[in-house]
Amino acid sequence: MNAILAIIRRDLLLAMRRKSEVLTAVFFFVIVTSLFPLGIGPESALLKKIAPGVLWVAALLATMLGLQRMFAPDHHDGTLEQMLLSPTPLGLLVGGKIAAHWLLSGLPLVLLAPVLGLQFDLDAGALGVLMLALLLGTPLLSLIGAIGAALTLGLRGGGVLLSLLVLPLYVPALIFGAGAVEAHVSGLGAGGHLSLLAALLALAIFFAPWATTAALRIALE
Amino acid sequence: MNENKLVHWFKYASPQSFYPLAGKMIPWFWALTAVFGIAGLWISFFVAPTDAQQGEGYRIIFIHVPTSWMSMFIYIVLACWAGLGLALNTRLSGMMAQALAPTGALMAFLSLWTGAFWGKPMWGTWWVWDARLTSELILLFLYLGFIALQAAIDDPRRADKAGAILALVGVVNVPIIYFSVKWWNTLHQGSSVSMTKSPSMATTMLWGMLLMALCFWMYSIAVALMRVRAIILEREAHTEWVKLLDEVKS
Repeated sequence: MNAILAIIRRDLLLAMRRKSEVLTAVFFFVIVTSLFPLGIGPESALLKKIAPGVLWVAALLATMLGLQRMFAPDHHDGTLEQMLLSPTPLGLLVGGKIAAHWLLSGLPLVLLAPVLGLQFDLDAGALGVLMLALLLGTPLLSLIGAIGAALTLGLRGGGVLLSLLVLPLYVPALIFGAGAVEAHVSGLGAGGHLSLLAALLALAIFFAPWATTAALRIALE
Repeated sequence: MNENKLVHWFKYASPQSFYPLAGKMIPWFWALTAVFGIAGLWISFFVAPTDAQQGEGYRIIFIHVPTSWMSMFIYIVLACWAGLGLALNTRLSGMMAQALAPTGALMAFLSLWTGAFWGKPMWGTWWVWDARLTSELILLFLYLGFIALQAAIDDPRRADKAGAILALVGVVNVPIIYFSVKWWNTLHQGSSVSMTKSPSMATTMLWGMLLMALCFWMYSIAVALMRVRAIILEREAHTEWVKLLDEVKS
């Protein structure tokens, strides 16, 4: 447990020393969501309808931006190899790195989403559901993304490749996440979607660090 | 005696002994492809009756359904080879997975394309965002991701292993993706072939479809074997036995 906390603390500290990288992803999220009304037109009924989808797609893309940095700098300066050799299981350390990635790129999106949702004229209840769905969904994105980041570690064209590998796997999160808000707005209740999202998260917490570890070992072989 | 058998089978896990075996099997699978293909096409064009509602246009299902089946089946086979390669660390498994991927992608593409051709006259639209269409599209993306990942890694052993992990993650995700896209199920007609209840189509149509499915199956095996032979030659080009092969010497 201490090891996880130490890794999280270290990654957050490193990120704080280079704030621009974290802020870029957050501003990307803000700008992309603000572009949609400009492209589609200011009719509030239409905007209200597409809001959950737009916010979710923007969140997927924004988390993608930070994925490559999850392992690449550590791989570059040799820290990753030290982690591989350390007595603490690599899975735990990877878990810490995923948690740090979520704190840096997922949590800000969860906190920003309601503000952006106001641009799309969502009401308070829908905003609450949106936040809850993102709270369950963004860790899922970090977990699945970690597998892709580990697989593409040190490859040429890694960034584009990473999106090709990871985005199809994000589909269920997108469907249930955006679906939760839509179900709430149409009066069906978001419970089912949120439960499924939570179930996917539980599955991913168990399997993703394991698959990431295997991929890292292959990359560092 | 048992030991003998084991040795006998595992012998073919080595590329050197699999290469000639594959060479011997390929003509047989091509022959089967031709036999099933001719029989299947004959039934589907001349024997199967014209559909009462859909006219002659329905005949594209004789290509569409087998390619959809094969696209899903090949992904599972690919994941099995990938898992085998990771577990036993055999070189041939990775090569088989690599050889299967383009055929699988081709099947997924054909399935989508023939589906669009069928959808235009029947539904009046090329594409609908239905569960099966969407998951087939995502399956195509998974194939492309697998091919792209392997192409980006120079070291073939690392490419095999990284691809194997991706294939296994993908195969876990395929049912999840399928059921998640099912939520907004729309126009697609219900499955017309079912394991449990008797099929709702004429027997001759079913036969045509099964023969065509067998034809595509044999074709996939034949092509995958040809490709795996090429991969073996490429990767083992430095070895003595490859240099001694007749086709390499000439």
